[in-house]
Amino acid sequence: MTPTAAKRPLQLNDQGQLRHFLSLDGLSRELLTEILDTADSFLEVGARAVKKVPLLRGKTVCNVFFENSTRTRTTFELAAQRLSADVISLNVSTSSTSKGETLFDTLRNLEAMAADMFVVRHADSGAAHFIAEHVCPNVAVINGGDGRHGHPTQGMLDMLTIRRHKGSFEKLSVAIVGDILHSRVARSDMLALKTLGCPDIRVIAPKTLLPVGIEQYGVSVYNDLAEGLKEVDVVIMLRLQRERMQGGLLPSEGEFYRLYGLTTQRLALAKPDALVMHPGPINRGVEIESAVADGSQSVILNQVTYGIAIRMAVLSMAMSGQAAQRQLNQDSEEQN
Amino acid sequence: MRTRILGARVIDPASQLDQVTDLYLQGGKIAAIGQPPADFVADQSIDASGLVAAPGLVDLAVSLREPGYSRKGTIASETLAAAAGGVTSLCCPAQTKPVLDTSAVAELILDRAREAGHSKVFPIGALSKNLDGEQLAELVALRDAGCMAFGDGLHSFTNHRTLCRALEYAATFNLTVILHAQDHDLAAGGIAHDGPTASFLGLAGIPESAETVALARDLLLVEQSGVRAHFSQITSARGAQMIAEAQARGLPVTADVALYQLILTDEALRDFSSLYHVQPPLRTQADRDGLRAAVKSGVISAIASHHQPHEADAKLAPFAATEPGISSVELLLPLAMTLVQDGLLDLPTLLARLTAGPAKALRLPVGRLAVGAPADLVLFDPQGSTLAGETWFSKGQNCPFIGHCLPAAVRYTLVDGRISYQN
Repeated sequence: MTPTAAKRPLQLNDQGQLRHFLSLDGLSRELLTEILDTADSFLEVGARAVKKVPLLRGKTVCNVFFENSTRTRTTFELAAQRLSADVISLNVSTSSTSKGETLFDTLRNLEAMAADMFVVRHADSGAAHFIAEHVCPNVAVINGGDGRHGHPTQGMLDMLTIRRHKGSFEKLSVAIVGDILHSRVARSDMLALKTLGCPDIRVIAPKTLLPVGIEQYGVSVYNDLAEGLKEVDVVIMLRLQRERMQGGLLPSEGEFYRLYGLTTQRLALAKPDALVMHPGPINRGVEIESAVADGSQSVILNQVTYGIAIRMAVLSMAMSGQAAQRQLNQDSEEQN
Repeated sequence: MRTRILGARVIDPASQLDQVTDLYLQGGKIAAIGQPPADFVADQSIDASGLVAAPGLVDLAVSLREPGYSRKGTIASETLAAAAGGVTSLCCPAQTKPVLDTSAVAELILDRAREAGHSKVFPIGALSKNLDGEQLAELVALRDAGCMAFGDGLHSFTNHRTLCRALEYAATFNLTVILHAQDHDLAAGGIAHDGPTASFLGLAGIPESAETVALARDLLLVEQSGVRAHFSQITSARGAQMIAEAQARGLPVTADVALYQLILTDEALRDFSSLYHVQPPLRTQADRDGLRAAVKSGVISAIASHHQPHEADAKLAPFAATEPGISSVELLLPLAMTLVQDGLLDLPTLLARLTAGPAKALRLPVGRLAVGAPADLVLFDPQGSTLAGETWFSKGQNCPFIGHCLPAAVRYTLVDGRISYQN
């Protein structure tokens, strides 16, 4: 059988620039660094009295959230507004789909309203890929979280947080703790850390919360929190959903906290200047002790601030990559 | 109609015939092989030099979608697609609407298939009413209406005691049951093989143990009841090994594999393409290799298309929200020929897995070339090639092989001596 022709990566244009932002898989170290550098420059904008730049003036950014979210949606809205775009946010979980409209039709309708960019969150893994490939290939699609698969802007804001506090990735030990199995944040973090050259990535969880084949991410697996936290530079705690107590994944929140909860005492096993991170929303007393969440090593709120800068970077880069591709297509049509 | 087929390489795995010779067909049967019968005057003559003549292919699993799902496929469209794939006999599963659990539905399917005339259809009856796994279907009435075997497909008995009784009842009347080994609880919520690829993509997994746990249970119940059983759609190397062990113990069990499971692995899911969404799921390279070895050794004696045509919308959604299945019956011969091209099987062995093997598993009165047998034949050019999708008769376009250049080309398919497809 003849092999299929190699396809251009869906999220890049012919010049290798972002035109969608779907996954951190397949993105080069240079591109990730460019996102971080761009975000760094946008952090200044947030510090100004007038917090706007005109990069997306006249463009319409449509936040389409099929799953509930406060933080991610709000920071995407702010990011788009600071880039001077017009922004609409839709909570679709409560509107069209309950009337039987398919994802396909919902997005096609929004496209017909001349949206230039979609930020999509959806409960199905691969939803953003589906939209970029089959629904609206000429609208930039940003993945705001798809099932368990990926949350690439969260991954990048975590990287920005680490870089701003630790300088670089080459000598770091980073531990990711908790429900790895169901976590799109963990998957995006592992990919980004690997690409950016972090030599020691650890995941810490009981076997029931670890996906099969976790080794493919180039991480080392720990079932014991104390052992896994030894001498790490960064601890990323994951949110534990209440429904995980059903179906035999865990006995109780109490037992989980006893074994995997981050307490002051356990944090002392990490390096003295170790960062504590969490994608939020946090469950105090379930995966993290309040004293740690609010303590001096916690950068949980910095993550939120950096999230706006990362999203500004991604929105502006994807919009320009998409425009460049349209221009390329137009030029080649004219030549033909 | 009397037909003479001249100079073909005639391969009949059932009788181990493999020689260049002539075939003479008369009254829908094979009248002679080699020398013409006395007074034979041909109405038509097919010059088959360079072609292989084999028994028409027997496909144990082709969803015709009718009655109930004619937006996905009809008996006429899917049996024509089958003929184009070299198939002269096919079995259709009970997952129709209404379910194939009454004689009336069986008769309707048989009538429409006869009317279409593209290939012979042998319906598989439901084992339980409405496939609910609670009350037995009227198996004997269904047998009398033409059902050749009985099975509930992937979503069947959750109650082991009821399953046990269904097998005992079927054994009473020497009926064949078809079992799909997949444990409900272990497979619950899953959509892809529980391995690195599914983990990477964030797709919920179906572990290998979903198959092996159910298979262990089913084999024990088959042994206890003494029923004739056929295991359909084995997906794992471990599963194939368990079948081999059962056969070695003397258990009368047979097995088939979906042709695409011998070609694809779960790696194909990497771009979230819904074309590769199938149930039970595509598994690993090691599983594929184990299945190939089992096909070669004969532990798995049948290769089936497990054809599942869909309308376009069924595949137009994020992966988990799409319907599973591949439309592939019309590529059965060329796609299977890739196994010869790859050096896995020689041509007579491949044809055995596509004709005599499946026919024997369900005791179908077809699948061999012998004087007096039905003149069901496929004539194909082993040196030719097929551009998949160049012609397409199935209503389902959901086929990941479309656009590929495949080895061999079906030239004629004959059912009861009548040409049902010609290219």
